[in-house]
Amino acid sequence: MAKREYSYYPGCSSQKKASADNFMRSANAMCDALDITLKEIDDWNCCGASIGYAGGGEIPRLSLSARNIALSKQQHGDADIIAPCAACWIATKEAEERVEHNPRVREGINAALAEIGLKVEPAQMPKTRHMVEMLVEDIGLDTIANGKKKGLEGLTIAGYVGCQTNRPFGIAGESFENPKYLDNMVEAVGAKAVDRYAKKVACCSGALMFSEPEKGQALVRDIIEAAYDGGADMIVTPCQLCQMNVESYQTDINKRFGTKFNIPVVYYTQLIAVAYGKSAEEAGLDGQIIKATKLEALAGK
Amino acid sequence: MTQMNQAMIEKYRSSFLKEVETNVEEGHWVKMCMQCGVCSGSCPLGPHWEHPPQEIFMMIRANKRDEVLKSSSMWFCTSCYNCIARCPRGLPITHIMHGLASYSKKLGLAPKSQPTESFGQIFWNSIASNGRVNELKIGLALQFKDGFGQGVKNAMAQKDLGMAMMKTKRMNPMEFFGGHTCKDKSGIARMLKKAQEVEDQHIANYGAGK
Repeated sequence: MAKREYSYYPGCSSQKKASADNFMRSANAMCDALDITLKEIDDWNCCGASIGYAGGGEIPRLSLSARNIALSKQQHGDADIIAPCAACWIATKEAEERVEHNPRVREGINAALAEIGLKVEPAQMPKTRHMVEMLVEDIGLDTIANGKKKGLEGLTIAGYVGCQTNRPFGIAGESFENPKYLDNMVEAVGAKAVDRYAKKVACCSGALMFSEPEKGQALVRDIIEAAYDGGADMIVTPCQLCQMNVESYQTDINKRFGTKFNIPVVYYTQLIAVAYGKSAEEAGLDGQIIKATKLEALAGK
Repeated sequence: MTQMNQAMIEKYRSSFLKEVETNVEEGHWVKMCMQCGVCSGSCPLGPHWEHPPQEIFMMIRANKRDEVLKSSSMWFCTSCYNCIARCPRGLPITHIMHGLASYSKKLGLAPKSQPTESFGQIFWNSIASNGRVNELKIGLALQFKDGFGQGVKNAMAQKDLGMAMMKTKRMNPMEFFGGHTCKDKSGIARMLKKAQEVEDQHIANYGAGK
């Protein structure tokens, strides 16, 4: 497989011992298997995420992502910036869009960046892409399917795409209402994708899970119920916040709604890592609160 | 910033729409709304909004300044972008809702103790002081925002989750004593201070230009 290099930053949740620690371990294992080198942006900062607007207005919030873009350009030239996190991806792309199209915002951002000797210019920023785009567009799901060491046979998986990997930008060629790439990825590694998963692109409540837990848990209840309805053994997601919200509140949801949920929620990177022969630990499966027993068993084979 | 609020009331006395167009992020789109209601029907927390987006847009045009800016509505946006994806007129509704929330807070009109407003500010403070989010500290700050007694109760209720996160190496108790930060924290602080000045200046200038 051709060797590829990208610029990237993990984002706050995928740092060591942060809430998506196991995501980054599995992403590293996957990249190792696919001969991909990710070069970290030195001293990257938080993108502001979806809730940063409460404290930071437009210019302060977008300056954060502009700093990452400028640092990437300085350190890694025109290499694409790979965002493994949906919030990072959206925030960075939004900053790029406003810099390109809104002169007032661009001037404001550059006045702020001048304080630290940085600058962003239209048409000269590296492109920011989601890790899923890297897999689908650069590597190709056929290549992933052909190169796998083992098929994840016997697993039925609900592909939960969620919101921000899907909207407002989404993956090229996919629809907002029924994107197929995650199901295709599940099939590429030899598992069975739940057909017509009703809550595929429903919202997990995002950051409001923390501030409005009752309302957030009601949304997640429906997401999990639909996965069971589709006969799923587990749920797979591309998003760190979706993973956290759908996996880790199942005990609370059971208490609140009288359900008996106990379904593992994994990342696509973990499926690919296992299919490429990585161990359960390399694939970050020791990071599951609800153990993905069937996937672990396949990893051990 | 009630002084700014007073200045804005005087400046835009007859037109809240104009005020929104000039001072709110992506506010110049508001007049494009054709009141179809797809946004309200697509919102995952729609039933919890005092005034869903479609209503907010009409209220802006009807000069209902206080009712809009003092509303808790915009703080129920989960940033799912469903409204943006479906709006037949292509309005960036999510951004406008964030912009209205942020603007109402700047003017001192946002509802007090709105949980998402409080959590969002805690989140922002963590970024502003470290350059990166400290998940442990923002979690604790949220649990303890209503005082120590309530904080202990909240923390006890969430202790199983906390233990599970630590056991799976997804939370580090040592984050409490520092944890993930950027090296150039002072540079980031300078950058954000300047960005804030530019933003406030734009509003104070009554938004000359877009």
